[in-house]
Amino acid sequence: MSTYNPNFVPPAHAPMPLNGNNFVNGVQGSVPQQPGGPPPGQQYIPQKQPQQFQQPPPAAAFPGAGAAGNVPPPQQFKSGNTNQFLPPTSGAATPLQQLPPSTLPPHLRPPTVNGPPITNGSNGASSANSSRTASPRPIGAAPQYAQGPIAAALNNPPLASGLRPSPQPTHQSLTNLTSNLENLNLNTTRANGGTSVLPQPQTQLQYPPLTQKDGRGVASAQTGPPQFNDAKSLLAASGEAAAIVPNAMATPFSVQKPPNLAPNPAKMYGSASVGSRPTPAGQRIPYGVPPPTNPEQQSQQNNNLQNAPPPPRAGAVWPPSLPNVAAPGAQPMMPPAQQTSQTYPYSQVYQPAPQQQPPPPQPAVQPPPPGMFGTQPAGAPLQYQAQAPPQGYGQHPQQQPQSAPGGPYGTSAPLNVAQQGFSRLWGQDTIDLMQNRHILTPATLPPPKVVLHNQFHESINCSPSIMRCTLTKIPESNSLLQKSRLPLGIVIHPFRDVNSLPVIQCINIVRCRLCRTYINPFVYFVDSKMWKCNLCYRVNELPDDFQFDPATKTYGDVTRRPEVRSSTIEFIAPSEYMLRPPQPAMYLFLFDVSIIAQQSGYLEAACAVLNRHLDEMPGDARTQVGFICFDSFVHFYSMAEGLNQPHEMTLLDIEDPFLPRPDSLLVNLKECKELVRDLLKQLPKRFAHTHDPGSALGAALQVAFKLMQASGGRITVFQSCLPNKGPGALEPREDPNNRSAKDVAHLNPATDFYKRFALECSGYQIACDLFLMNQQYSDMATISGISKHSGGCVHHFPLYQKTKPHMVDSFRSCFKRYLTRKIGFEAVMRIRCTRGLQVHTFHGNFFVRSTDLLSLPNVNPDAGYGMQISYEESLTDAKTICFQAALLYTNSEGERRIRVHTVCLPVTASLPEVMHSADTEAIIGLLSKMAVDRSVASNLSDARDAFINATIDVYNAFKIAQNLPSGQSGQLIAPRSLALLPLYILGLLKHPAFRVGTSTRLDDRVYAMDCMKTLPLDQLMMYVYPELYKIDALIYHARNSNISSNQDDDEDEDEPLPELPRLQLSAEHLDSRSIFLMDCGTLIMIYVGLNVPPDVLEAVLGISSTAELGDYVYGLPNVVSNENDVLKRFILRLNYDKPYSALVQIIRDTSTAKGQFIERLTDDRSESSLSYYEFLQHIRAQVK
Amino acid sequence: MAFNFTAFTYIVALIGDAFLIFFAIFHVIAFDELKTDYKNPIDQCNSLNPLVLPEYLLHIFLNLLFLFCGEWFSLCINIPLIAYHIWRYKNRPVMSGPGLYDPTTVLKTDTLSRNMREGWIKLAVYLISFFYYIYGMVYSLIST
Repeated sequence: MSTYNPNFVPPAHAPMPLNGNNFVNGVQGSVPQQPGGPPPGQQYIPQKQPQQFQQPPPAAAFPGAGAAGNVPPPQQFKSGNTNQFLPPTSGAATPLQQLPPSTLPPHLRPPTVNGPPITNGSNGASSANSSRTASPRPIGAAPQYAQGPIAAALNNPPLASGLRPSPQPTHQSLTNLTSNLENLNLNTTRANGGTSVLPQPQTQLQYPPLTQKDGRGVASAQTGPPQFNDAKSLLAASGEAAAIVPNAMATPFSVQKPPNLAPNPAKMYGSASVGSRPTPAGQRIPYGVPPPTNPEQQSQQNNNLQNAPPPPRAGAVWPPSLPNVAAPGAQPMMPPAQQTSQTYPYSQVYQPAPQQQPPPPQPAVQPPPPGMFGTQPAGAPLQYQAQAPPQGYGQHPQQQPQSAPGGPYGTSAPLNVAQQGFSRLWGQDTIDLMQNRHILTPATLPPPKVVLHNQFHESINCSPSIMRCTLTKIPESNSLLQKSRLPLGIVIHPFRDVNSLPVIQCINIVRCRLCRTYINPFVYFVDSKMWKCNLCYRVNELPDDFQFDPATKTYGDVTRRPEVRSSTIEFIAPSEYMLRPPQPAMYLFLFDVSIIAQQSGYLEAACAVLNRHLDEMPGDARTQVGFICFDSFVHFYSMAEGLNQPHEMTLLDIEDPFLPRPDSLLVNLKECKELVRDLLKQLPKRFAHTHDPGSALGAALQVAFKLMQASGGRITVFQSCLPNKGPGALEPREDPNNRSAKDVAHLNPATDFYKRFALECSGYQIACDLFLMNQQYSDMATISGISKHSGGCVHHFPLYQKTKPHMVDSFRSCFKRYLTRKIGFEAVMRIRCTRGLQVHTFHGNFFVRSTDLLSLPNVNPDAGYGMQISYEESLTDAKTICFQAALLYTNSEGERRIRVHTVCLPVTASLPEVMHSADTEAIIGLLSKMAVDRSVASNLSDARDAFINATIDVYNAFKIAQNLPSGQSGQLIAPRSLALLPLYILGLLKHPAFRVGTSTRLDDRVYAMDCMKTLPLDQLMMYVYPELYKIDALIYHARNSNISSNQDDDEDEDEPLPELPRLQLSAEHLDSRSIFLMDCGTLIMIYVGLNVPPDVLEAVLGISSTAELGDYVYGLPNVVSNENDVLKRFILRLNYDKPYSALVQIIRDTSTAKGQFIERLTDDRSESSLSYYEFLQHIRAQVK
Repeated sequence: MAFNFTAFTYIVALIGDAFLIFFAIFHVIAFDELKTDYKNPIDQCNSLNPLVLPEYLLHIFLNLLFLFCGEWFSLCINIPLIAYHIWRYKNRPVMSGPGLYDPTTVLKTDTLSRNMREGWIKLAVYLISFFYYIYGMVYSLIST
């Protein structure tokens, strides 16, 4: 599984590196924005804490760095920081440390050597910081290392199970170790030689590197900053997926230590990883391994190492593990490839390296110590990292140093190959999807970075979680875009809850006079008095007071203004931004109380939640609330002053509804809180005994509209059946026998009553939100019109029953979030683009009031929007383009505010660059929205075809862009940026919104489509392609921390969780001895294998055997144990970014609920759909 | 020189066609206003929608006259437009009132440009047929 395949490269590809652009690309991926700053992760930091690839400075990637510290300059790892990264072996055990550098095993060495340069690359202080910040990383990395041993166990199940933590008594002689290592080394070198000379062998050889990486590579990829675009990490990643993951999956819980059996090749693998493990000395160790504090462990590891060597030779015997070892050297991109000596002691290895090695690319980066390019597997990625920063600054300069040695792509063969490898690393690497089925790796997951030209290099772009463009480099003309066959658009989450948002109040907000753009970090300052709009290029004057810096209260540099420093900013708007005085918060609730609603019993839960969170609803002293119930008639509740309890009035004439009284139907919440609470207590009982089958939703909406007309606000509708009385009555349209048919009818509304109502509402700044708690078909497609066009939101709880506690729970948490989240009233959002572009289509819930203006009567923090962008004219003259989204709203305190997001993207004229800069997730977000439109406007099969065609077109286009020979081949070449496209597309095709052949209720499908349109991207991705984790690592982590927590309890709490690798959604990853967790957004499923060891079950779930689990178990049981604790923290972390915490469902292997889990394994074949591999084959066959 | 039914038909067609031209111009202007943000799409659709059916009916009425007086050529050049009108109205979005234009979708760039184009093309067709009707009228007046 070569991740990128060298073979196709030559004709088209080879030249590419020559133009500086490649480097740019590379930079894009790999370069942190801050100069010299090693932790590129910063940009990601905002959100969650340790979670994603945030911080790890490059050094982290190779934990081995710890070891690194050991080798050359002793002082380095004396520093506390470095120590953190020391592998347990080195840290805990003195023996290794005392070794002379030369004796270190080769594979340990590279990280070592490389480690220092990287840290050095950043200035000393920052490096210290970075390593400190990175502290979670090592831990994260740890589990992976641990996998080695586990994997070994796995391969040897009997042995593994038999293994007890008992450490191996054997004492390791260093010499032994060395000799073993030497063997390894030898292999590596050979591999190197081979690669450098002949590209062909690469396929085989690469394979090995991949596998080899796992231990380390995974760690690097995962914990490392997402920027590691280098093929290596990719390789590593894929390697991991391929070789490691399966193994890891199989890991039985019982193995607590790496197996010691020498002959077993698996062990070797384990040992290798252990040896290189970067775990900080003091840190806890991966779950599989006893904590380092234990001297025995050390010896054991040594033992492993010792055992390790044999397998490499026996490579044939056990390919997967062997390649690992041998692979390191095989990496084609490693400059040192040309080393000729086949075997050498470590010292020798070092010496040749310096000579061959090109001069350090940039002065800023400290020259890597000799041997940096040593045969170590880890060497290459590190090296890459070290060079990455320079790339960021300017593509061209950096190219030179490299080409210097041999001239660019000069004749010297080995260097040449190496350089090609490097250039490919810098962004434009490709993947043969047919060869790499395990494509979901940390390297492919992070969103591509936007790299701007020097001028704006320092400017911070809008966070990708708020606004993301499908292409991080904009094609300069429509024809270029068409050639790439990629959709151009942005997905935006404008009202997202953000932690630190600069809010400023100023007398006049600086805007362009022509296009009304808000001043932003990407404008040009002509001089201190003028600025040039970056959207329409008009030169504007700066008001004098703009030079005043509100933060420091001084006059001076305009660039210190928050408007110019932050691309997400909020203004408190002066009065000219108000058409009328800001409205108070107004909430009106409409409850369906027909017999079906009563049977479902939602009213109880809703009233209870409402009662509890009445005080937490956003709003000031003017907040008003009102309640209306409806069955065949409409019931009003008057809560006038002086009444002891609410008065009910029933409107019988639903054909021509009117308000029974003008006032006291909407009452001030503060003044009438008692009455409101009283009403909420009485409501569920009040209708408990009515048996009215009618539901006059239309009439209720009309009176609600009349009630709210004066002020605007929010109408919350609870509906549990088909509206069948009065205006807006509907007929059931769904044919239950036809739910799995190929053609899905009735995706369109049956009547425009609800849409017209919504439009009227939107004119009066009223938004309607819908909670559909239906028992039967309720024509979501029609009813949801009230939300779709009024900027509301839709929530669906199919088959809601009060007797199903999990549904009640999930409704409660959803409704609680709904009530307490922020809200913006009478909002409008305008999207402005640089001249030459325009918004083509908007997606989401709103009313489009003019070509670039969305009317959002309410805006909520959980709503996402999408926009397709089209060209008006070519962008040839522009270097960058910008999108600016400005959301003007009234907050719940009656303050008018403007939230402005600006994103700036470079323009390119190169097709390959466009393709390599694609953002798969954003593309999926946009495609899914377009597909919903297509399904509604045309039909579902059209939309499905469009998905497939889009995929085929993209790969076709890429083939053309790369000048690959046309005609079919066994390959499906994809740029890494688009490697996940088929995976996600397949997920979409099997999603309830678009699937055919599987019985899907029409309402569910329509709701799923609605979600596609309105979910913010991060949740949409989870919805389309749930995250699957194997949580064994957590459990081991818990156990280990348990042991060490005896020493320091306090620290334990703050200890970060290990990073778990995401698994592809395929049953091949499942293992009966493990526990898996699938995060689908609003539902987290924990899948418990049949043979999970009882002690694990006991600790995690508080049961002694899986048989004790019911078919439908919801919620994680409270067990006092570290394991349970860790799992809870993990789930907490998963929930961190979600609007409300997900419902946890525990599924036993034999449970009837297993279907729910299996259904989401979209990589697998089902009766009516293709497996991922089949899908790839289909795509490949179509790509000409 | 005689004032027969055919001549009468052409005279009516001329007058009717003048109205159609006005409809088309109004249509084009309305969408241009939409494009340039002058009007709220709801208002604009409310003013456009009531005019759709009268336009179609007027056009069909003129062609009925051609049918009755046996002006086959005139009829033929109009049949495609009639067919288009029928097709268009059959595929209109779900709406309770008469008309074609849905305020929620009318601002999509595709829809907008399609409607603009439709307006211009229809304007051209009506103008051309206007001159043809003049010719037809004169011809029918002098031929007998």
